[in-house]
Amino acid sequence: MTSSLQSTRHRSGGDTTFRLTAKGAGILVLLLMAAVAAFLILKAIPAVSQDKGNFFTSFQWDPQGTAVFGIAALAFGTVLASLIALIIGVPVAVGVALFISQYAPRAVARPLAYVVDLLAAVPSVVFGLWGAIYLSPNLIPLSKFLNHYFGWIPLFASTNQTYGKSVLVASVVLAVMLLPIVAAISREVFVQTPKEHMEGALALGATKWEMIRVSVLPYGKSGVISAIVLGFGRAVGETIAVAMVLSSTYTISPHILDPGGNTIAANIANRWGDANDSISQGALIASGLVLFAITLVVNFGARAIIRRGKAKA
Amino acid sequence: MSATLDELSLGRPSLARAKLPLWALMVTGLGVIVVTGLIRIATHMSSDVALLLIAVALYLVAQTMVSLSVEGWRHAKNRLMTSLMLAAMVLAVLPLVGVLGYTVAKGLARFDSVFFTHSMRAVAESDPNGGAYHAIIGTLEQVGIAALISVPFGIMVAVYLVEYSSGRLGRIVSFFVDVMTGLPSIVAGLFILALWVLALHQGNSGFAGSLALVILMLPTVVRSCEEMLKLVPDSLREASYALGVAKWITVVRIVLPTALPGIITGVMLAVARVMGETAPVLLTVFGNSAINTNPFSGPQASLPLFVFNEVGQSFDNAVNRAWTGALVLILIVLLLNLIARTVARFARVRG
Repeated sequence: MTSSLQSTRHRSGGDTTFRLTAKGAGILVLLLMAAVAAFLILKAIPAVSQDKGNFFTSFQWDPQGTAVFGIAALAFGTVLASLIALIIGVPVAVGVALFISQYAPRAVARPLAYVVDLLAAVPSVVFGLWGAIYLSPNLIPLSKFLNHYFGWIPLFASTNQTYGKSVLVASVVLAVMLLPIVAAISREVFVQTPKEHMEGALALGATKWEMIRVSVLPYGKSGVISAIVLGFGRAVGETIAVAMVLSSTYTISPHILDPGGNTIAANIANRWGDANDSISQGALIASGLVLFAITLVVNFGARAIIRRGKAKA
Repeated sequence: MSATLDELSLGRPSLARAKLPLWALMVTGLGVIVVTGLIRIATHMSSDVALLLIAVALYLVAQTMVSLSVEGWRHAKNRLMTSLMLAAMVLAVLPLVGVLGYTVAKGLARFDSVFFTHSMRAVAESDPNGGAYHAIIGTLEQVGIAALISVPFGIMVAVYLVEYSSGRLGRIVSFFVDVMTGLPSIVAGLFILALWVLALHQGNSGFAGSLALVILMLPTVVRSCEEMLKLVPDSLREASYALGVAKWITVVRIVLPTALPGIITGVMLAVARVMGETAPVLLTVFGNSAINTNPFSGPQASLPLFVFNEVGQSFDNAVNRAWTGALVLILIVLLLNLIARTVARFARVRG
């Protein structure tokens, strides 16, 4: 920004020190990220090499006894809960973003945006508490309804009609948690829609919705997609709320109304207490490494989409 | 949005087409209420939520039909989408109101002086007394130390990105700050655990928790500082250079003070964010039922961890303590948010 000026001035010792300190802080960020990967790998490898099962295909999690553990069921549970959370949360979030950016008068839009941001500030442990004590019994009627009328879809089938602490509850909690992120990013791109596009559509006689469909949505598409990907990353990594809501099981089951289900992150929180030898600790760290890899891929993807969208615009 | 656009989009009655008057919509609404009442009497349905959902669905259908018959499908669709957006907005606010309302209602039961002055030492989980004094101390110390480390660190990274970087390294650092934003909190906890507790054998302590929180705070601090430093006009920097002031003094004496209110806002939001983190604290601080004021030695308690532990007990008294802990946590976080927004509103970057 100011490099052209810099060369014309005399460089003092303080200048060099300060510049190097700033640069060092920047490099430290890179080292920190490298260290995260390195230390997780370092602690994971010994445990995974002692795994009697296959780490990627086993369902069980028994590092102490039979030394068979794998993340298959956990990874499935993580993706299932996060995807259902997206299906519930994203339409609402995009609706909120459109409402705040296109429909609400300015005097109302600002407080509304603030309220949605506040949702992001609520600690996850509070969401977990609310989900476990309030939401889980109150979603039973809905579970019964879904099972009664849509039970023929495997997703809504139930083996013993008990409901309660199910993947559905976890997904609703996750949906609430990813909503403010998706809504905030979407709102920001919707606001940037060129006024010419919007006024052009209206001048051609489009209704408000038609204007949104032909100008706002196409312009914001890449931003919304990256928001969804980032929201997915948030849902995948969420730990404590899911750990409090789910009663952990180690099976692959598509029945989201049944009690049970588990995620990689929740499993770490739940099993840490009794992991007191190096193999069970290493096993949990290995599962954390997988989680780290998933979120890295997700984030790289989201940034790439944003960059491509920017290049196009 | 400009006034002209608003007039256009709200639409004067179009030249050729009839437009649905307001009373027609109100009549539709009344009709839906009556029908819902009849359904309630006929089916003995007792769930208010289900009835409300039925009423909303009925209204959407009725409104679309009425609008379709008078205004045509394009306007019917427009009305339907407008109603759906409004419904989404209401639906998004409901959980916030629900969570806050329910936490306040449940948390007030133990919101007493014992809760704020006593720890859980020698208190059985089934006892009605006991408090979170130890947990509040732990949280404040851990978050305080995390802020002390991550704020200068974050500001220096931001200064590097805005004032010094001009090439590949800057872009890479910026990219990895973004990646760090998406790092799950449990992974940050596992990292400090693997490095500090397992590899360096430092044991669980409040400080280990602080280190994990630093990793979570850092990207937020860097990003908000960066935004604020970019807002400082170049003319200020150039005026300073013209007076022969060295670059680093310009940054420290001119650029940073100008951006200070924004930086404070960003830091407070970052503090509020890590205040409620449970997962990394669970792995690194471990929890303690007694007061431990020394964050550098031995396990400590922490407020989110206190909530997590208490709700895991099956006694009503323990769950009540969990709710009060959650209430205190929410109050602290909301207060920080409120102060941060107020600072942001009243002290913008001055040009």
